[in-house]
Amino acid sequence: MLRFVLRRLALLVPVLVGLSILLFIWLRALPGDPARSMLGQRATPEGIARINESYGFDQPLVTQYFSYVKALLTGDFGSSIQDGRPVVETFFEKFPATLELGFSALLLAVVLGVPLGYLAARHQGRTLDTFVVSGSLLGVVTPVFFLAILLKLVFADWLNWLPSSLRQDPRIEATHITNFYVLDGLMTREWDAAFDALVHLILPAVALGTIPLAIIVRITRASVAEVLNEDYVRTAESKGLSRRIVSRRHVLRNALLPVVTTIGLQAGLLFSGAVLTETVFAFNGIGEYLFTAISGRDYPVLQAYILFIALIYALINLLVDMTYGVIDPRVRVS
Amino acid sequence: MPPAPPPSAAEPDPFISPDEAKGVSLWRGAWQRLRRNPTAILGALIVLAFIVIAIVAPLLTPYEPGSAEWSGEVTPTDVPGPSDNHVLGLDRFGSDLLTQLLFGARQSLVYGVASTAIGLTIGAFLGVLAGGLGGWVDTFVMRVVDIMLSVPSLLLAVSVAAVLGQNAYAIMIAIGAAQVPIFARLLRGSMLSQGRSDYVLAASALGIRRRRIVMGHVLPNSVGPTIVQATLNLATAIIEVAALSFLGLGESDPANAEWGRMLVAAQDRFENDPQLALLPGAAIAITALGFTLLGEALREALDPRSRR
Repeated sequence: MLRFVLRRLALLVPVLVGLSILLFIWLRALPGDPARSMLGQRATPEGIARINESYGFDQPLVTQYFSYVKALLTGDFGSSIQDGRPVVETFFEKFPATLELGFSALLLAVVLGVPLGYLAARHQGRTLDTFVVSGSLLGVVTPVFFLAILLKLVFADWLNWLPSSLRQDPRIEATHITNFYVLDGLMTREWDAAFDALVHLILPAVALGTIPLAIIVRITRASVAEVLNEDYVRTAESKGLSRRIVSRRHVLRNALLPVVTTIGLQAGLLFSGAVLTETVFAFNGIGEYLFTAISGRDYPVLQAYILFIALIYALINLLVDMTYGVIDPRVRVS
Repeated sequence: MPPAPPPSAAEPDPFISPDEAKGVSLWRGAWQRLRRNPTAILGALIVLAFIVIAIVAPLLTPYEPGSAEWSGEVTPTDVPGPSDNHVLGLDRFGSDLLTQLLFGARQSLVYGVASTAIGLTIGAFLGVLAGGLGGWVDTFVMRVVDIMLSVPSLLLAVSVAAVLGQNAYAIMIAIGAAQVPIFARLLRGSMLSQGRSDYVLAASALGIRRRRIVMGHVLPNSVGPTIVQATLNLATAIIEVAALSFLGLGESDPANAEWGRMLVAAQDRFENDPQLALLPGAAIAITALGFTLLGEALREALDPRSRR
């Protein structure tokens, strides 16, 4: 297992290096330049030249790339061109928000999706099944931002049950250590802060979690339905094993492989939806920050964030492959 | 155990499906299965209605899209609802809401089809190249595809839109680019699996050149899964067009109605006029539903394993 993980991590290096080079060239191919967007109306040729010089943008691309990598290796990710803050600083402020949101959404999707899909498969053709199947189809085709708007309209504006924006009520004095607000509240025992952050998470998480939920339900249902038809399940049932043991040892174990793949895939895809969800709920994550970084041609921010997102994506894939081994001894790493 | 009696002519052979027994082709069989599948019919009807509306939109409404002709009737708190002249009322800029919705179908169709076509063309080319040539070409192409996959699709689309500026082509290319890896993987996969199949071995044993094998045998056999994927991608593309608009990177010409932009504009009018958001949102969802149903029904119909 360890050798497998190490090999996969080693394979990750060329992909990340490749991505960093492509990103580097790609970003600099964007029309418009950071100096101009920084100075705006006041841009003079001298001012632009001065900024380009101080950030090293006047150097040849190869030189720029190597000094960038050199700085990276010493842990220096540079500073944002837009607000001048170190990339690392804003990163630890905003990334936890997006991760918290993404994790809650995925948790919701898995915790509800797998049992629902399983139940639907067990009751194929009956009312419950029809209900679950049509519901999940609706979930797949509803755009995230539309669902987010609807949820906000109904549960925040009309019913006034839940907050419509932000991550926490600004009137609450909360200590932030990790910037995962719920976690912070629990760590500092500020229960009301934790609870408030949790309440603020509900609508965005439901909005973001619905598509993965729908997809997980569908895959689980299909996969369980297929396994239920297998001879070994019939054998297990006919030799008198209880239904619970058959489901746990035979059905779920075999049916869960494609489900785990799907969960991993959805975790990776969550990011696009997170940007849209954060926009609707003014959830101060990386979505909006990245978005303004693109229009401001903020190279350091874009480079660091996109690389990190790709790294997370790759690690999720690795985790998925490792889970295979746990579920299915046949794929236990060769 | 006595030998089984030979199957009589009257009794169907359990090992051969009725389709095969009659010698029905893949496509005809698929068509017959589609016709019997109610969800396929529903999907096809939605898609058909969407296409027809998109094409004949100008005939269905006397008004022009984006003409803020009645903007005087819109107040900061209220947008006029249904009336004799405006079946669904106005939008917040004072255009006829129904007209905006109908013409929005046109934008979605054009953008959806164009971006899927771009994704399909480039993706299929890369996939065939990788799967057909193998070796270092394969490694290189697939690494590039991996890298593309590791960047979230919306981010990819946003950055393409940022490079190419805010025009129709940029939007199509941006959304098409996000589909390239999907098609590249699909085509490469089917090239590889069919490259090992008996008929390809037979063809190459006969001395037929590689290019002809690819063009004449492998590609035609990949058409089915490609059509399925393209249909499903159309649903995603239509949603992504709206998502780009939602982020302010989509269609910017007010004369072209677009569902995503209608949603954004409706956001601050929710409390009093929810229909402004509900209708375009529902339009996007229903259209995506149509393509998804049709695509999944096609997949089932073309999959030999699902034949009964």
